[in-house]
Amino acid sequence: MSDAQGLLLEVRELKKSFPGVLALKGVSLTLGKGEVISLIGENGAGKSTLMKILAGVQPSDSGDYFIDGKQVDFKNVREAMDLGIALIHQELNLASNLDLASNIFLGREPGKKGFIHEEKLHAEATRHLKRVGLDLPSDTIAGSLPIGKQQLVEIAKALSCDARVLIMDEPTSSLSQKETETLFEVVKGLRDEGISVIYISHRLGEVKELSDRVTVFRDGENAGDLAKDEINHDNMVRLMVGRELSEFYDRDIHQAGDCVLKAVDLVSPAYPEIPVSIEVRAGEIVGIAGLVGAGRTELLQTIFGVTPSLGGKLEIQGESFSPSSPADGVHAGLALAPEDRKQHGLVLPMTVRENSSLPSLERDQKMGFLDHAKEKVIADEAVEQMKIKTPSIEQAARFLSGGNQQKIVLGKWLAMKPKLLMLDEPTRGIDIGAKREIYKLMEKLAGKGIAILFVSSEMEEVLGMADRVYVMHEGKISGELQPNQMSEESIMQLATGGSLAA
Amino acid sequence: MVAVFAITAIADPNFLSAYNMQNTVKWSSLYGVMSIGVAFVIITGGIDLSIGSVVGLVAVVLSFFTKIQGLDPILAIGLTLLMSVVIGLVHGLLITKAKLQPFVVTLCGLLIYRSLSRWLTDNQSLGPVPLEGDLGFENLERILTLDFIFSGQIAIGSFFKLPTPAIFLLVLALAAAVFLRKTIWGRYLYALGNNEEGARYSGIDTDRMKIIAYVLCSFFAGIAGILFAFELGSVQPAQTGEFYELFAIAAAVLGGCSLRGGEGSILGVIIAAAVIRIIFNSINMVGISTHLEFGILGLVILLGVIGDEILKKKMAERQVAASERLAAELSEKSKNNQALE
Repeated sequence: MSDAQGLLLEVRELKKSFPGVLALKGVSLTLGKGEVISLIGENGAGKSTLMKILAGVQPSDSGDYFIDGKQVDFKNVREAMDLGIALIHQELNLASNLDLASNIFLGREPGKKGFIHEEKLHAEATRHLKRVGLDLPSDTIAGSLPIGKQQLVEIAKALSCDARVLIMDEPTSSLSQKETETLFEVVKGLRDEGISVIYISHRLGEVKELSDRVTVFRDGENAGDLAKDEINHDNMVRLMVGRELSEFYDRDIHQAGDCVLKAVDLVSPAYPEIPVSIEVRAGEIVGIAGLVGAGRTELLQTIFGVTPSLGGKLEIQGESFSPSSPADGVHAGLALAPEDRKQHGLVLPMTVRENSSLPSLERDQKMGFLDHAKEKVIADEAVEQMKIKTPSIEQAARFLSGGNQQKIVLGKWLAMKPKLLMLDEPTRGIDIGAKREIYKLMEKLAGKGIAILFVSSEMEEVLGMADRVYVMHEGKISGELQPNQMSEESIMQLATGGSLAA
Repeated sequence: MVAVFAITAIADPNFLSAYNMQNTVKWSSLYGVMSIGVAFVIITGGIDLSIGSVVGLVAVVLSFFTKIQGLDPILAIGLTLLMSVVIGLVHGLLITKAKLQPFVVTLCGLLIYRSLSRWLTDNQSLGPVPLEGDLGFENLERILTLDFIFSGQIAIGSFFKLPTPAIFLLVLALAAAVFLRKTIWGRYLYALGNNEEGARYSGIDTDRMKIIAYVLCSFFAGIAGILFAFELGSVQPAQTGEFYELFAIAAAVLGGCSLRGGEGSILGVIIAAAVIRIIFNSINMVGISTHLEFGILGLVILLGVIGDEILKKKMAERQVAASERLAAELSEKSKNNQALE
């Protein structure tokens, strides 16, 4: 029909079901030329399913697609790409050992009879890299770049296939503030060139800044659209959840207790010249902010014992402490929920029960034998307290959603009754509902006297949850912010190496 | 296993004869002990290629101690087992502290121990037990008793004489199974085999557990070496134990130990070891050319592993479906709640 003209992409009445679950119940989406729309919704709302269908990864059960007003059909990724639709994955897909040019043209190298035309490869690659603002030699090895730049390379790759619709799935979850801003510049630039973007994210602040329009999904259906002037936090949350969400961060003022962790001139192996000093008290929630690469994860890892320090002093409740392995950290009453949840936080093939009890096995052993009853108690408690959604505690952890996996990690550490709980990007890639639950949990634990130290790249989260904030920059603590000093500007200042205005 | 058993029995009634059964049980037990040992290592995601040579070395050293040095055989056994433990320790340390790859370390072990065997005896065969015409054996009585313990037979009923190695296998298998399933260390081994970093971040001393796995593996190979020595009577330094590691690893893999680590059960390993022996046996009995022995073995293992993968996929699908059903239920529930509000 004529109202489809002028639209770059339109999808109507898309349905998709999986065994036992109706993922998409008949959703629609429109996208104009040179438009950036965001697709938001809680986990399970159907965003990733739609995204995969549009990219050609999965077929839909029924529904119509229109590109430039003409009806089209595609059955696989190749055909989707031929139509100009490209997906930029959340987990980057670059071959880290190959250079940028090879990555961009992987499978489509210019050349004849199996021989690659090197000059052309690099010339073309450089051209596309410039489009995303990367002024790098095209023979740079992909793996040597920080994640932010790798992501831009992925975009360059999509552009080299003449993509007109870029679908980006949680692109900023591994990016620092600065890299995010660079990405936004690139996206806006592409928009001006007439390329459209479907932006999927949980970060509503970014959605507001970037989008011309917002489409909201809820439980596999359209929940509404927001025009540019209607886009704000409350409206988005209301449509996503279907009801008003009051006070997202529910903080009480805490009375901090005795010092639990004290680090004086601690030196991480990652930054051998830089001593770091921080303190965390019982019942405090202390945030560590900073750009990606500032050394925050490395600091937590050194405190925990993953990468033993090269110098300096560590004290836990006044007692000297020098861990040479995470086992030492655990014995001293520390716990770390790592940044890489799947690789470091859990043993994915093992069940919810086995994961929840893993650190506690030593404590609960009966002369070396497993205490099955206690194990079950720990697992059941974790599921109940953390509200973990799983068919049973015997479900393998890898089948659970990111949010639930994180809850297992937290549940496992809580069973150890730690003195200090360290969280590295605790809510990354997790939907709003689960985020809220994790914040409530942090609050509860602090109320019980546990010291909490968390690293986060989400400004909102840091400002909302922390009692105090350390900001790191290139390995050192560039400043400490008291409650009355905490703001986006002050954090940014310190994170970029500046200093606080007097 | 039941299928193979039945087919063979039908094909040749001699299969079921007491003598044949005893033989099968005996050899299954001997190789089975090795298989259990290597299972520990495979579960951690590593491998031990040296166990065949360890068996050879242990058998040679034992014979050396008893025959040539004239040591009290019990002391000799103790020393050789100690040696196998030390070997395992060396493997473990090289792999954890020097961060060398298990494949490389144990491959070198395979070569080194084999050549040690040959050097020690100048490549002459010898045995711990006196053979016809052997003179000058000290501690003869002791040795003969031990011979019975390690390679004798115990009558059960009037038809079947159970080879003593089977008793060793049973005891060791039971201990191993309990260790893996019921102790915290077993859980640690599975965890580290699945995801070493994840296990380490949870506070498990992964280095120590890996060393334990390699020590156990070599220790079991040592025990097998002693059993083989008494069983064979005569040990050839250049050959005894050759290729045994392949049988042991094959049994472990067929028995469910994924070479990626994190999986495996002792029961599976033992059954697999028995199946492999039965297959070899049946190949002989049914008259298939012995050239095809290894070929058929390879096929059986391949089929077994494929079947295992298919089973696992089905189980995974069931779990995924369960998760999705739950997700659907929950979203239904929340919708109903909203409708009520």
